[in-house]
Amino acid sequence: MLDFYREMLFIRRFEERAARSYTQALIGGYCHLNLGEEATVVGLISSLRPTDYLFTNYREHGYAIARGIDPRRIMAELYGRVDGVSKGWGGSMHMFDFEHRLLGGYGIVGGQVPLATGAALAIDYRGGDEIVMCTMGDGTTNIGAFHESLNIAGLWNLPIVYVIVNNRLGMGTTVEKSSAEPELYKRGAAYRIEASRVDGLDALAVAEATAHAIEVARSGRPYLLEVVSERLRGHSVVDPAKYRSAEEVASLKEHDPVHTMAARLVAEGISDDVTLAILDQEVLANIEEISAFAEASAFPDVDTLFDYNYATAVPNDSRRLPGQPLFGASTSGAPS
Amino acid sequence: MTLMSYRQALHDALRSEMLRDENVLLMGEEIGVFEGSYKITAGLLAEFGEKRVRDTPIAEEGFTGAAIGAAMLGLRPVVEIMTINFSLLALDQIVNHAAKIYGMFGGQAKVPLVIRTPGGGGQQLGATHSQNIEVYYAFVPGLKVVAPSTPADAKALLIAAIRDDDPVLFLENLALYNTKGEVPNHDTPAVIGKAAVTREGHHLTLIGYSRMAHVAKKVADQLADHDGLDIEVIDLRSLRPLDRDTIIESVKKTHAAVIVEDDWLTYGIGAEVAASISDGAFDYLDAPVRRVAMAEVPMPYSKSLESAALPSENDVIQAIYQTLEAIGHRRTKTGPHD
Repeated sequence: MLDFYREMLFIRRFEERAARSYTQALIGGYCHLNLGEEATVVGLISSLRPTDYLFTNYREHGYAIARGIDPRRIMAELYGRVDGVSKGWGGSMHMFDFEHRLLGGYGIVGGQVPLATGAALAIDYRGGDEIVMCTMGDGTTNIGAFHESLNIAGLWNLPIVYVIVNNRLGMGTTVEKSSAEPELYKRGAAYRIEASRVDGLDALAVAEATAHAIEVARSGRPYLLEVVSERLRGHSVVDPAKYRSAEEVASLKEHDPVHTMAARLVAEGISDDVTLAILDQEVLANIEEISAFAEASAFPDVDTLFDYNYATAVPNDSRRLPGQPLFGASTSGAPS
Repeated sequence: MTLMSYRQALHDALRSEMLRDENVLLMGEEIGVFEGSYKITAGLLAEFGEKRVRDTPIAEEGFTGAAIGAAMLGLRPVVEIMTINFSLLALDQIVNHAAKIYGMFGGQAKVPLVIRTPGGGGQQLGATHSQNIEVYYAFVPGLKVVAPSTPADAKALLIAAIRDDDPVLFLENLALYNTKGEVPNHDTPAVIGKAAVTREGHHLTLIGYSRMAHVAKKVADQLADHDGLDIEVIDLRSLRPLDRDTIIESVKKTHAAVIVEDDWLTYGIGAEVAASISDGAFDYLDAPVRRVAMAEVPMPYSKSLESAALPSENDVIQAIYQTLEAIGHRRTKTGPHD
C-alpha cells in the first residue's frame, strides 16, 4: 500500500508541477492532467506485466510514469525538448515508448481504441501471451470507433482489456447528459464482453479488479472495465471548470484519493504523519530536479525537421521549408 | 512475361507476398468467403485460411484502425476497402493515425500497412459510389499514394507497397480490372515515387494516372497513327510523393502539357501538377497548361449524364488539339474524332 501511495503522490506532485510549468510557458499546447485519477492510474498499471502493451488517450502523464518511463524524459517531452520520450514531436498528448510498451497517448477521442484492438490482433496472430490494455474516457463510449472495436474484439476473441476511466465529465458535459446508458460498463453486454465497474478512488480495489480483467484477457477474451474516478480540476490546465458547483468542488476535496490513502496508511499504522511529510519533501525535491533536467535539455535541431517523413525512404519525398521554391535552392541538397 | 488482367496481377502479387512473408495478412469486407467484391482475393481464403484472410464486419474505421495497430506490432496487413468512397468512414484512422504515428512519436513506431481500394465512375453506381477522392490522401504527409494503370505496374507497385514500412494507399480502378497487359513473371518491386514515361514524343506532354493514364496512352497512340502526332505520355503512378522532375524534364522538351484526370478539376491532382509545371518550366511553355477532369457535379446515375460528366477520349483529343493549335501546330490529317 505504501508503494501505491508513493506512486500516487509522485503523480500528484508531477502534475501540479506540470500545471505550474504551463503557466510559466515552459509547456505549450494542450495539457490534460491526471489530478484526481492517481489511484485509478496506479491501480490499473500495477497489474500489467512489463511485456503487456498500453494504449491511452491524451490524459496520460500518470500512465507514462506508472509504466516506469524515466520521468525526466516525460517532463522533457512536455517542455518540447530533444530528450523527451517522443523527442519533442508529440507533447503532452502523444507520448510513446516502445521499451516500456506505452504505445501512445492519442489526441483524438477514440482514436486509440481500434489501434489497441489491432495490437491485440497481432499478439493473437503470433500466439503470444501478452495482453493489451486500452484506456479511454467516459465520453469515448459514445464514439463509433469504440463500438466497432469492441465488436471486433468480441468476434475474434482478442486479448485486450478496455478500461473506461469515468471521471463523470466529458470536458464539461456530464455522463448522464451524453450517454443514454450512464452505467457505461453495461455496453460490454452488446458484444458479449464480460464487464464490471470499480471505485477508482481506491487503488487497491482498482488493482484487484484489473487483475481479474487481465486474467480474462490472457485467457483469450476481451474485458471491459469501468473505473469511476474523479477529475480534480478542469478538462485541461486552462479550464477553470466554472460548470461545477461549489458543493461538488468541496466534495471532491473530501474524496481526494491521495489524501484518503494517506489517512488510511496512518489509521492502519502502516505509516505516520511525520514519515509521510518527509516522503512528500523527497518527492517535491525530485520533481524539481526533473523539471531542471527538462529545462536544461535542448530544443530539437531544425535540421531534423524532415527526419521522420518516412520509415522507408523513397525518391521525390518533399523536404522543403516554407518559402523555399519547388525547384532550385534547398537547404536539404538537391531539389526534389 | 505473361499476358494477364490487372485483376489477376493484383491477385498474384498478394498471393506471392503471402507465400513469402507470413506477417502479411488480408483484412476487409467480403474478401474471404465471398472472394472479394471484385474477386481480387479469389481462392486466397482456401489457400491461406481464416487467420490470414479475415472477413471483417462492415466497420471501416474499426478494421482499418485495427490493421494500423497490428502493423505497429510488426504485421504487414493489406486492407481492402471495397471502394474509395467507403474509405471516408476510416478517414480519422488513415489521416489522424496511420499518417501520423511514425513522425508524431519521433520515429519509434512504423506502420507497414497497405490500403487497397478502387476509385472510378462509369458503372452507373451514382453519386456515392463513383468518386475519385485520392487527392484527400495525396494531400497528407506521412502517407504514400500509388495509382497503377497497367497490370505490370499493379503487380510491381503492390509488391513494393507491401514491403514498404509506411502506410500506402493503393488506388485501383473499377474500369481497369479487366484490362490486360504483359506482366513479368518475377516479383521485383517497383520504386514508389517515380513516374513512368509510357510513350516518348516531342509535340506535347500528356499526363495522367490510373484509368486516365491508360486513356492517355491510347489517345496518343491513335493520334500518332492518324495524324502523325508525337505525344509524350507520363503515367504519374505515384501521387505522393509526386515525381515532379520527370514532368518538368518532359515539358522542357515538348513546351506544352495537358493533364487528364478522373477526379474533380478544382483542387484536384491536376492542379498540383499544373502548379508544378508553372514553377519548373514556365519559360519553356508555349501554351497554357490544360486540364481535362470530371465535371464538377455529384455523379449522376443515368447513362447519358454519367457519360457526359466523365472525361472521355474525345475530350482529351480536343484539349490536345486546342493546345497545339494555340501554338501554331497544323493538323496533317483529319483525326477520327473531330
